[in-house]
Amino acid sequence: MARYVGQRLLQMIPVFFGATLLIYALVFAMPGDPIQAMGGERGLPIAMANRIRAEYHLDQPFFVQYWYYIKGVFTLDLGMSFQRRPVFDIIAQVYPTTAKLAVYALAIEGILGVAVGLISGIRRGGIFDTSFLAVSLVVISIPTFVIGFVLQYFIGLKAGILPATATGGASWRALTLPAITLGSVSFAYVLRLTRTSVIETQTADFVRTAMAKGVTRRKVVTGHILRNSLIPVVTFLGGDLGALMGGAIVTEGVFHVNGIGHTLYRAITRGEPTTVVSIVTVLVIVIMIANLLVDLLYAALDPRIRYAK
Amino acid sequence: MAVLDPTSVPAVRTPPRAGRKIPGLALIRSTHGLQRAMLLIGIGLIAFFVVVALLADVIAPYSFNAIRGPDGLFGTQLPPSSAHLLGTTVGGMDVLSRIIFGARTAVLVVLLATAMSIVVGVPLGVFSGYVGGWVDRVFVLVTDALYAFPSLLMAIIVSVMVSRGQSSAFGGIFAASVSITVVFVPKYFRVIRNATMSAKAEPYVDAARVAGARPARIMFGHILANVSQSLPVLATLNASEAILTLAGLGFLGFGIEPTAAAEWGYDLNKALSDVTNGIWWTGVFPGIAIVLIVAGVALVGESLNDVLNPLLRTRGGATTADEAELEAMVRSVATQPTMTDTARAHAPPSEQSPAPPSSDKEGDER
Repeated sequence: MARYVGQRLLQMIPVFFGATLLIYALVFAMPGDPIQAMGGERGLPIAMANRIRAEYHLDQPFFVQYWYYIKGVFTLDLGMSFQRRPVFDIIAQVYPTTAKLAVYALAIEGILGVAVGLISGIRRGGIFDTSFLAVSLVVISIPTFVIGFVLQYFIGLKAGILPATATGGASWRALTLPAITLGSVSFAYVLRLTRTSVIETQTADFVRTAMAKGVTRRKVVTGHILRNSLIPVVTFLGGDLGALMGGAIVTEGVFHVNGIGHTLYRAITRGEPTTVVSIVTVLVIVIMIANLLVDLLYAALDPRIRYAK
Repeated sequence: MAVLDPTSVPAVRTPPRAGRKIPGLALIRSTHGLQRAMLLIGIGLIAFFVVVALLADVIAPYSFNAIRGPDGLFGTQLPPSSAHLLGTTVGGMDVLSRIIFGARTAVLVVLLATAMSIVVGVPLGVFSGYVGGWVDRVFVLVTDALYAFPSLLMAIIVSVMVSRGQSSAFGGIFAASVSITVVFVPKYFRVIRNATMSAKAEPYVDAARVAGARPARIMFGHILANVSQSLPVLATLNASEAILTLAGLGFLGFGIEPTAAAEWGYDLNKALSDVTNGIWWTGVFPGIAIVLIVAGVALVGESLNDVLNPLLRTRGGATTADEAELEAMVRSVATQPTMTDTARAHAPPSEQSPAPPSSDKEGDER
């Protein structure tokens, strides 16, 4: 197992450099001159613009800029935003909200998705299965911003059951509607995945054996079928955790959650390449760690992967 | 070479291709009950939107960016009436016309994005999986790097890069398509590459090689035909995500200018503030359009998934009671030893990608 972990860690290094180089190249290929944009309509005096360019190393060749940036990443110095705030501080301030939201959404989609999927799989073709098939298809087909807006409007504004926005602080209560919005699409996928997996597992030899030797139905379902069906589901949830930790640009925007997705969106629209790159780098690292954890969890759940090497 | 090419012996070819005449028809025939209903409704919805997109000029009462008719300006935020069946938007455009022309935009983006993703991703996957070695490693590295990005972010950045800030009709459609392509190429690549890795160990590949077939022929004649069965499901996912990403880009303001082409996401964004004022028609109708077209694609994908996955295939007339089904299942397991073999075959996936293709979904348009 230790060897496997080491191997996966080593594999992360080239992916990290590849991803950061890619984002760096992409963001700097974006049109527009951010320094001139800072000056608004009239633009900045040339001397001042040059001074700022030198400060952000924007006057250097591409690879020199990349070098400064990588050096900054490893010394936890992510530079300053154009509003003269350290990017590191900005991220540290908004990230807890995104993490909280991600965990909340993951809990909702995981618990509900597995429960409904299991029942659907076991009672396949029944009313429960068919109606949730319809529900999941509808949920998958609705754009997130529509789900978010509908929840916000009807539950938050009309009924007033839950806060419509998270402007007053990111309490669990305020994050409930955003979390439901975020979790809804993945709930549908978790449901479908669990259902498929349960149906597949039902045909396995060990299920037949368990039934033949008279194990109670409850035990077959929870001990044999569910446990063995969870492997692809856990993989999916892990990947989804990575995606959720990457911030939800749309959902955070709709509910005014001050998280990393919203911050990133603002940095893009303002045209601040250095801030965008720094935030994305942090996100890439987080997603990579989440993916690593999934692989490890997967190997722990399914010994065939560990020993296949 | 062409006369006596031993690799063109039919036995080497894939068997299922021979007997199939019209693939779509055979597919519909192989379904039944709910599955067939889903497939037919899905196909119907898609066909409807394609027809609307094709005939947009004919059926739309006005142009998508018209704000005045023969009787002068339309007026803004008018409720549905005989002149404007679905009312007018905050910008004074006809909602129905924008929805009809929006179908054209959506269908174009789906076609372009899916075609580009397949054209790039599939050959790369076959090539990388077949050649192996350092070439394969580099490709896997690049796609892994692409995977590490939040995909909507990727789409935003690519669309800003491609459209250079100014979105003409084609520029906007192309930018949205490219940004979806960038997100989807790694998915096709992964699935096809892994399938190729296992397919190239099959005897028929050795046979072709021994018989002197060139690598290109082995890759795109023999292997491609055998690894492409997962493509339809992946393509439907790709298509539905293309629509949602397009809408998401439009919603966030990175999409197509409203005067250049009609786009549902943009209209929805503009309609949000209307809803709080009780003006529902500007938002509800484009929303319904998005939901219906994505649902159509999702229905087709869902039933394809059921049909193409033998482990999920239902036998005709299966009872709904779980006991009866389990019993039937146990009986079928006893009589069909191959079933259990396939059940066990979803064993360790190959090295780099532990995720099964069925879970290949992104939390994308959030």
